[in-house]
Amino acid sequence: MMGPEIASGFDSPPEREEMESLALSDASASAYRSAMSSIPASISASSDGDPLLAPPPTLHFPISSSASGHGGNPATSTASSFLDPPSYADVVFSPFDSHNGHGGCGSGADNGSLLRSDSSPRSARAAKSDYIKISVSNPHKEQETANSLVPGGGTYFTYLITTRMRAGFAANGDGESEPVEFGVRRRFRDVVTLSDRLAEAYRGFFIPPRPDKSVVESQVLQKNEFVEQRRSALEKYLWRLAEHPVIGKSDEFRVFLQAKGKLPLPTTTDVASRMLDGAVRLPKQLFGEGAAAQVVPQEVVQPAKGGRDLLRIFKELKQAVTNEWGGVKPLLVEEDKEFLEKKEKMQDLEQQLSSASQQAEVLVNAQQSIGETMGEIGLAFIKLTKFETEEAVYSSQRIRAADTKNVATAAVKASRLYRELNAQTVKHLDTLHEHLGLMLAVNSAFSERTSALLTVQTLMSDLATLNTRVDKLEAASSKIFGGDRSRLHKIEELRETIRVTEDAKGCAIREYERIKENNRNELNRLDQERKDDFLSMLKGFVINQVIDSSIHILAHLEQVAYSEKLANVWATVAEDTSNYVRGNS
Amino acid sequence: MIPPQEIGPPKSSSQSPRSPSGAPFLSISVTDPVKLGNGVQAYISYRVITKTNLPEFQGPEKIVIRRYSDFVWLHDKLADKYKGIFIPPLPEKSAVEKFRFSAEFIEMRRQALDIFVNRIASHPELKQSEDLKTFLEEDEEAMERIRSFETGIFKKPADLLQMFKDVQTKVTDVVLGKEKPVEETDPEYEKLKHYIFGLEDHLTETQKQAVRLVKRHRELGQSLSEFGKAIKLLGACEGDSLGKVFAELGSKSELLSIKLQKEAHNLLMNFEEPLKDYVRCVQSIKDSFSHRANAFRLHCELTETTKLKEINLEKLNLMRSDKTREAEIEYRELKAESEEATRRFETIIKRMNEEIVRFQEQKTAEMGLAFHLFAKGQAKLANDIADAWRSVLTKIEAYSLSSGHD
Repeated sequence: MMGPEIASGFDSPPEREEMESLALSDASASAYRSAMSSIPASISASSDGDPLLAPPPTLHFPISSSASGHGGNPATSTASSFLDPPSYADVVFSPFDSHNGHGGCGSGADNGSLLRSDSSPRSARAAKSDYIKISVSNPHKEQETANSLVPGGGTYFTYLITTRMRAGFAANGDGESEPVEFGVRRRFRDVVTLSDRLAEAYRGFFIPPRPDKSVVESQVLQKNEFVEQRRSALEKYLWRLAEHPVIGKSDEFRVFLQAKGKLPLPTTTDVASRMLDGAVRLPKQLFGEGAAAQVVPQEVVQPAKGGRDLLRIFKELKQAVTNEWGGVKPLLVEEDKEFLEKKEKMQDLEQQLSSASQQAEVLVNAQQSIGETMGEIGLAFIKLTKFETEEAVYSSQRIRAADTKNVATAAVKASRLYRELNAQTVKHLDTLHEHLGLMLAVNSAFSERTSALLTVQTLMSDLATLNTRVDKLEAASSKIFGGDRSRLHKIEELRETIRVTEDAKGCAIREYERIKENNRNELNRLDQERKDDFLSMLKGFVINQVIDSSIHILAHLEQVAYSEKLANVWATVAEDTSNYVRGNS
Repeated sequence: MIPPQEIGPPKSSSQSPRSPSGAPFLSISVTDPVKLGNGVQAYISYRVITKTNLPEFQGPEKIVIRRYSDFVWLHDKLADKYKGIFIPPLPEKSAVEKFRFSAEFIEMRRQALDIFVNRIASHPELKQSEDLKTFLEEDEEAMERIRSFETGIFKKPADLLQMFKDVQTKVTDVVLGKEKPVEETDPEYEKLKHYIFGLEDHLTETQKQAVRLVKRHRELGQSLSEFGKAIKLLGACEGDSLGKVFAELGSKSELLSIKLQKEAHNLLMNFEEPLKDYVRCVQSIKDSFSHRANAFRLHCELTETTKLKEINLEKLNLMRSDKTREAEIEYRELKAESEEATRRFETIIKRMNEEIVRFQEQKTAEMGLAFHLFAKGQAKLANDIADAWRSVLTKIEAYSLSSGHD
């Protein structure tokens, strides 16, 4: 059972809406997957040994979305790719496969290199990663060691994570030119830790969202399904991290992939204990006992919410409220017009992406259905043909049977072509999906910025308050002849606090600026990537659909128009049956 | 007999290709469906235009207004009088209320009724029937009178008698312990029956798939339209040249949606309908089977009864009984009846044999045409799809070049 996994669900670092959106992406992915996986079932149902249904050797479509048809795909698994189009999940990711040579060259497309092919923008980006390939496999149930919080539970799954790095990045320092491989075992909790540490270290970056904890799903799905879903989601997640130009080179990531044994990253403590710590400190903070009362400058580089400093949380909350309702403009505001425009654009984009992604799914399903029905009608024709041939009493029946057979063959071919078309379409349109998922990361990055700004604003308010108090005290004490001992002492303390707070403010501002810079760079990066990806998607989608006048199918596999081949097929039949139109006696 | 070359009012159905224009012709078209009446009693009326130079008709052209039940009347009359002939089938009554007046349904029905009437006019025997003339020429009030008379409870005495006889036969069977009805044992006929029943199954299945295929085309069209719209909106986010590419793709997607809807309609009219018609024809053949079976049974019964009567008569003759004369009259009557029944049965067989050949040839031609149109439609669709996407591709490539992508 997923005991400890459930337990870890209690400690929620600010839970963004990852869950919702990832569930969306998973749901759609699974719709694609189920759309694709139903294909083998129905094809095998139809292949009843009739020679009509044996795949003709010329119709081979390996699964790679090369836009310019470089894919020099070997003829391996011709039959299997024909009869059994890989499901969406298999196409893009695969368990560790020793056959796969150097990644990025689009070979072995069938049981899947992680990369689509060498000329898609995504694989071009992937080629810049330090990592060639990461796969997650081999889920294994383990027992929780003693003192489990949850009674009766205490098992969890670990996954084998195998990584292959590019030459020259290996830690072994042997100077070998071969890529290095290593594998570690990790559990989901480790992934959460990685994700949290990255979120802290890379505020303002568009960090790919991690798979959600899905407490509900672990109950609802069958164990195997759940584990498989998680395995696949983990693989995708790790690969996205690897593709990120900054995060993919981070130490945290490398350590996660490489360090044997326990993950050497500080874990996120659960909410309860943090609250407890915070609560202990709070009285001291409130009653202003020296150091305990002061804000710790380094801490301001992290958002208040996840920390132990309850007072800070309260203050920032108050500041946020004041910003909204106070009627007083804060001392520092988001002034970057460009940013604000961009933010609005992103929101609009998110909406349109969502809508387009949905419609893409509907389209895929419609293509799927028409393909199936075409196949079924072809089958019905075949049965009719067989029947007529067997029972024929008149020659006219035989003639008809022969013609029906032609149409039947054409229909079955058309059905296959529709399915192939769909396999490709799914892959291309998946870009919409991917980018929709990225919007989550964007939103997170923007909210880090907002949060950092709030910290600065709060500190500035603090300072203003403190300075006011000092002024008041000074004014009061100056009235007393010879000075006021206690007040002077108080003033000293306050000035000390002011100094520390100024430090903190400095830190916070630097942090804010850093995040802004990160935002800006990431936005530029994303814009470019999105344009590239979209262009590739449109191109791939269209080419897929288009007719290629060349009959040399093997040479230009993706480019072969489903439609033109189909047109040829039908035209032939039309020709054969056209004598009916010219009229017989 | 030339089967209709295209679905629609045929030009001239009985004209031999070699004869000059003065040759006899009979051309009928069913057109102009109009909704009449209100509420529950609303119905569709059709205009039936007859053009002919045959002397037995009133004039060169006659136009009458008919409704579906008039066609039913004609069908039933012919079915009654011409047993053994495969009477052309009628389109179904629609059970679903709101579908009854949809444009598509009306058009399909009009087409089917047109084919129905023309098939009758092209059939060597059926075209000579009085009922056909009545149908084509009587004015509307007369037609209504005739129709309600026939289809009402007022059945002709002959029909009643026949019904009684059928019941009588059944009772006799039961009484005599012959529960199982007497059946022919002709192996050729058996083969034919087996073929027809099997054919019905396969055709029904195929027709079901055809209906689905039409639906799928519509659905795909719909999804392409929605997808196109969404892509256009997405492109608006991207702006300038890339946005234009999106817009182009979206537009083409919407264009293809229209083409798909067109093809769906084409499939419906030129493929699904003919298949449905085929199924109906097969069912009409099954009707003939039951007529034949009834006729056979009657013939057998009467033959036997006659024989018995003959034996009885001989006995009476030998006995020189005064009942002899009565018995002889009865015997003669019965014998006449029996011969009539046998003649009827043999007529049915003869007709059926001719009909089967005609049926096969006609069906081969019609289905061949249907498949041809199917293939043609799909080819055109595929080509249209290809053209549309190709044009988008050129735009994409232009964009790629101008923006320095690979």
